[in-house]
Amino acid sequence: MKMALESEYSPDADRIMAVSLGPQHPGAGHFRIRLWLDGDYVVKALPDAGYVHRGEEKMGEYRNYIQNVPHLERPVILDSSNILFAYSLGVDELMNSKIPPRGQYLRVIMSEINRIISHMYFIAIQGLFLGHTTMITWCMGDRDFWIDLGERIAGARVTFAYIIPGGVRNDIPDFAIEKGLKTCDWFEKRMDEYEKIFYDNPMVHQRSDGVGVLSRDDAIAFGATGTVARASGLALDVRKDEPYSSYQDFEFKTPVLTQGDSWARAYVALLDMRESVKIIRQALKGLPQGPVRLKLGPQPRVPAGEVYSRTEAARGEMSYYIVSDGSPRPYRLKIGVPSAKNLRALPHLLRNVHVADIPVIYWSLNYWPVEADR
Amino acid sequence: MVVAGGQKAGTFQVLVGKIDDVLQYAIGDPLRYLANWGRLYSLWPVHLETACCSVEVGAAAGSRFDIERFGTLEAFGSLRACDLIIVMGTVTRKLAPRLKLIYDQMAEPKWVIAMGACSITGGLYFDSYNVLRGIDDIIPVDVYVPGCPPRAEALIQGIVLLQEKIRRMPTLSGR
Amino acid sequence: MKPTSKASEPATPAPPQVGASPQQAKVPSNPSSAAAPVAPNPDLDRAKDIAGRITSKYPGSKLEWVKPRRLKVSVPLGIIKDVAFFARDSLGFDHIGTVSGVDWIAKSSLEVVYFVGSTTPGQEGFVLALSESVPRDDPVVPTLIDVWRGAEYHERETHEMFGLNFQGHPDQSHLFLPEDWNDLPPLRKDYVSPGR
Repeated sequence: MKMALESEYSPDADRIMAVSLGPQHPGAGHFRIRLWLDGDYVVKALPDAGYVHRGEEKMGEYRNYIQNVPHLERPVILDSSNILFAYSLGVDELMNSKIPPRGQYLRVIMSEINRIISHMYFIAIQGLFLGHTTMITWCMGDRDFWIDLGERIAGARVTFAYIIPGGVRNDIPDFAIEKGLKTCDWFEKRMDEYEKIFYDNPMVHQRSDGVGVLSRDDAIAFGATGTVARASGLALDVRKDEPYSSYQDFEFKTPVLTQGDSWARAYVALLDMRESVKIIRQALKGLPQGPVRLKLGPQPRVPAGEVYSRTEAARGEMSYYIVSDGSPRPYRLKIGVPSAKNLRALPHLLRNVHVADIPVIYWSLNYWPVEADR
Repeated sequence: MVVAGGQKAGTFQVLVGKIDDVLQYAIGDPLRYLANWGRLYSLWPVHLETACCSVEVGAAAGSRFDIERFGTLEAFGSLRACDLIIVMGTVTRKLAPRLKLIYDQMAEPKWVIAMGACSITGGLYFDSYNVLRGIDDIIPVDVYVPGCPPRAEALIQGIVLLQEKIRRMPTLSGR
Repeated sequence: MKPTSKASEPATPAPPQVGASPQQAKVPSNPSSAAAPVAPNPDLDRAKDIAGRITSKYPGSKLEWVKPRRLKVSVPLGIIKDVAFFARDSLGFDHIGTVSGVDWIAKSSLEVVYFVGSTTPGQEGFVLALSESVPRDDPVVPTLIDVWRGAEYHERETHEMFGLNFQGHPDQSHLFLPEDWNDLPPLRKDYVSPGR
């Protein structure tokens, strides 16, 4: 069948069929993609976000800097530490506070644990969309070991609320250090099995090699970050580019692939997790002694000023633009989330592809609608 | 024929007049029990993720908690074949009409679990401009599972509660 | 004693001494203006250098603040597109981070801020903030999609949240708000959330 180009048909031509994918769909929960199809080919696709827009930024203006902690981690519940990490860095910079070294290390540990939790969910669902049921069964089960580790450190199951302005909420118990090192050893062996069963699988290669290729130039132009950018050959990693919170103490690489297709975007996540395990092990072994946080009080006084803070979250660059006017609450709290930054690439990639490839491409962008909508 | 014993005809007429009750006791109750027993161990949820609680539903469906043990299937398939809708968290103003539409398309009997503080009262987002303060204004809720997000065990408990409710359902046709 | 345990209390303005602790007393009142570390800081010097190149080429533009790896430049009305092209082509800021608006209701102006990163080797850690202020009753700014294509959805979001009109933007329909939203743009300061 001949591929239909968008220029050949207007969207209202007879043979073009308009289809709405979502919001109730196994492949696109709380998100809708408006599709114009010509037979099995997608002529045009437009994302329709906003089903989980909860007005976090407006709510942030009604709460003080500490009260903002719980609701700010909800948008990206898979990666709850990293979204608070950027916020805490911003508030720390505004208050000019120096975090004690042990607090900095604990922040790094929790951030990397959360990166693994988030990536595990990502590759689990990627496996599901490829019809690879083993991957979702394994990853959803193995992910719980990391959640358990986070629970041992922070006390909650997924919403850790561990990284707060001024340091971390509580110290790490000794048995969690032991458990963490054991989990790291076990997980490194486990990841080899993932490579064998999923990434080297011929079925997975056939379904995702060369599907949804994002070139390096397009990745730059669309402002792609995180796994999407690194799979397209862009060596962007905030941990390396501006080492925050003692990231300069650890030895790790930034994995970069050049294919830019769905397989590469899923594989970068695995390589990321290998580096995360290395960082966690180094941080647990070299944990300095001392206090873990500064005493801020329930309503910290934040001096007037502006700050743009960013961290490398699981999906990419998480940034906050905080404007303070000296009052107890932020004057403006802008959350720049990686999913929203990668969203512009979706309509570009969903052109002249098969309908069956839509879920693969969509999920390989590591797009989490709750995070993008805020 | 005409001279049939009054006593006898009376008994017969009484029996015929109460045939509904007789059938109800003889067949209806076992049938209802059987149908409800079949329903309660094959709950099929609609895959409608509304917000972040869906992560915990994913964990509950995963290999550690495995809600299939309790007779709840994976959330896949057409919503016209579904009989359970788990509202996973916040319902925004944009999603609310869609939620109602999805609920209306499902076949009877159908049940609703409101999962998470947001779908019960609005939760943390009580002062947001775009969030509904509880979903029971738009669809009837059978079981509330509190938490933010509820742990997977809490969701399992909610499902077991719902199964108890289905087992005691007085009629065959649902509500 | 933990801050999070107090987080559920209603947000009432507390007297100044509540949050004050000893180490906060040493904090300078305005760190952005007092950013003058004694030790040489190559990142700060480089950020100042970038700022100098913009402000010397476009005399009307003003350096708002500069920190290590961060700088914010506000430009007068009408030339933001030229500055953006200059930043992209000559300074290497080719990677849009995010776009934000700020409602300065006391000054009766709306500010739009573009945060631009870079993929040039050695400059990835730097973020340039380009800002432009427009009057609140006539908020029209040019779109910068021609410069950074990725700004499209960010501008669309800023449009619906602040009511800023981006001239030349192909599609300014609602991205996150419901289709039937007919109130003020929610992030404006005079919009009050119904729950409050």
